[in-house]
Amino acid sequence: MKKVLKNIFIGLVFFFLFLPIIVLVCFSFNSSELNIVFEHFTLRWYYELFSNKQLIEAFTNTILIAIISTIVSTVIGTMGAIGLHKYNFPFKNTINKLLYIPIVIPEIVLGISLLSIYTLFKLELSIYTILLSHIVFCIPFVVVSVRSAINKNVDTIEQAAYDLGASNFQTLFLITLPTLLSGIRAGALLSFTLSLDDVIISYFTSGPSSNTLPLKIYSMIKTGITPDVYALSSILLLIVFIILTFNILMQMRSIGSDAR
Amino acid sequence: MKSVIVKLENVNKRYKDKTIIRDFNLEVYEKEFLTILGPSGCGKTTILRMISGLEPVSSGKILLDGVDVTDIGASHREVNTIFQNYALFSHMSVEDNIAFGLKMKKVDKDRIKKEVEKMLDLVKLKGYNKKYPNQLSGGEQQRVAIARGLINSPKVLLLDEPLSSLDYKLKKEMQVELKRLQKRLGITFVYVTHNQEEALSMSDRILVLNKQKEEQLGSPIDIYNNPNNKFVADFIGESNIFRAKVIKVIDRYAYVEIDLGKKIRIINKSYKVGDQIYIMIRPENITVGNRLSENSLEVSVKELIYNGANIRIIALFGNKEIKINVKNSDKVALKEEITISFNTKNISSFVK
Repeated sequence: MKKVLKNIFIGLVFFFLFLPIIVLVCFSFNSSELNIVFEHFTLRWYYELFSNKQLIEAFTNTILIAIISTIVSTVIGTMGAIGLHKYNFPFKNTINKLLYIPIVIPEIVLGISLLSIYTLFKLELSIYTILLSHIVFCIPFVVVSVRSAINKNVDTIEQAAYDLGASNFQTLFLITLPTLLSGIRAGALLSFTLSLDDVIISYFTSGPSSNTLPLKIYSMIKTGITPDVYALSSILLLIVFIILTFNILMQMRSIGSDAR
Repeated sequence: MKSVIVKLENVNKRYKDKTIIRDFNLEVYEKEFLTILGPSGCGKTTILRMISGLEPVSSGKILLDGVDVTDIGASHREVNTIFQNYALFSHMSVEDNIAFGLKMKKVDKDRIKKEVEKMLDLVKLKGYNKKYPNQLSGGEQQRVAIARGLINSPKVLLLDEPLSSLDYKLKKEMQVELKRLQKRLGITFVYVTHNQEEALSMSDRILVLNKQKEEQLGSPIDIYNNPNNKFVADFIGESNIFRAKVIKVIDRYAYVEIDLGKKIRIINKSYKVGDQIYIMIRPENITVGNRLSENSLEVSVKELIYNGANIRIIALFGNKEIKINVKNSDKVALKEEITISFNTKNISSFVK
């Protein structure tokens, strides 16, 4: 009896969690423009979506920004985490604590402050300012997730590499980075998804001619939700789903080698 | 004359203002198995790390095979370390782990392959090439670590408590195996441990270290039978230590008085009447009964502990507990009050 109740409860949680997403995907194939009843299956909205030049541009922008900001912030963040672990310097503890501020600070505050910095330095708002902002707010997330993968064992492993004749450079690339891979991967994934769906910071730091997909969607729903937004969201969903599956497969591979 | 492979001259190690090692000297002979034995925090691992080059010395000199290596870093010293937690590269297969040192030296692939096979054979892990460290048991990981160090044919292999995380039975097996390996390869081993049983069973020489100071350096037999001082006597093996006062000296022998006014005859080590010393008797050198009449004590039995082959008797002499081991097969008559006796030659004595 207890078990049945438990399963019903779990089922309900998942039902309410996924119901909106399922409805969204279904309506993206609905031939009716009004999303109240499902008429019949169509791919019309997807066709319309792909013929919409503005949307395609916003989409490419978003993907490009997400990829570049992920790469840059992962490199900087990883170096930062390793540096913070390895070296002692004045104010190290303060810097360690300060890192959490961009994570906990309301995004709107970060957006406004970035905007004011750009205005102060007379930087013209464009796709590049969005990119720069994304890199800035992704770095702390990477540092924190890489740092969680660093432990005392890593020090010993590095020492073992030196002991076996590896140079500092060889140790970093052959030993340290591969050992921290799980943390680096988590940080990169976090950066990518954060950048992909960021609205607030992008809103403040985008120029009049530059647009990202979340901003575009945001402006589209101001005039009521049209089925092409459903189609767009479904595509986004698919992308995230693919990345997630890829990540899970990678994780399963490393867990697989953990099993004795 | 044995040739010296590692020499530490007046080595000091300071962290900030704390001195970890002070004016330390040590000579390690070629092909020997030297164990540095001491309680945790005695500085033994620091000494090992200074020999490996992972820890720079604050002052003093380290010579490896006659060459001053004090300023040479770990990656260029011809010594290798086996770490306590093995420190295997978890993202590399067994084969790649073992080959790492040779790859760093840019040895050609065919030779690496051959050497790796040789090492796998040596540590009895044939066929494990493609496995990953976390697919192996603790003992197997340990062997991979040993193979990874030995493949570089180091002048000295440094082992930092390598058996401490293995279970009892495996530990015993690995002890025998390590000793065999060392003999067969003729490589100098410097072994660090806090486990006196490991030290006694494997070493050619043992260095007993306490509070950053050398307490005694000698063969296991020497250290066990003739400890220099109270610390060594207490730390190595089990012992019954008594405070004693020298009351009479007759050339080869000295007579001492212990608790309750009991007189004991010991071997004279140029003592003078009135000297305050300690005497020590191992539990296995005590016999129940009065068969050895040189020295005897009347004690009362407090506890009997059955250990299989041995019976441990804990007896009270005054209010001092005395540990006695008797063989199960001896069939001693155990009453409440017994007489125990021991030979003069089995008594060690020391001043501090």
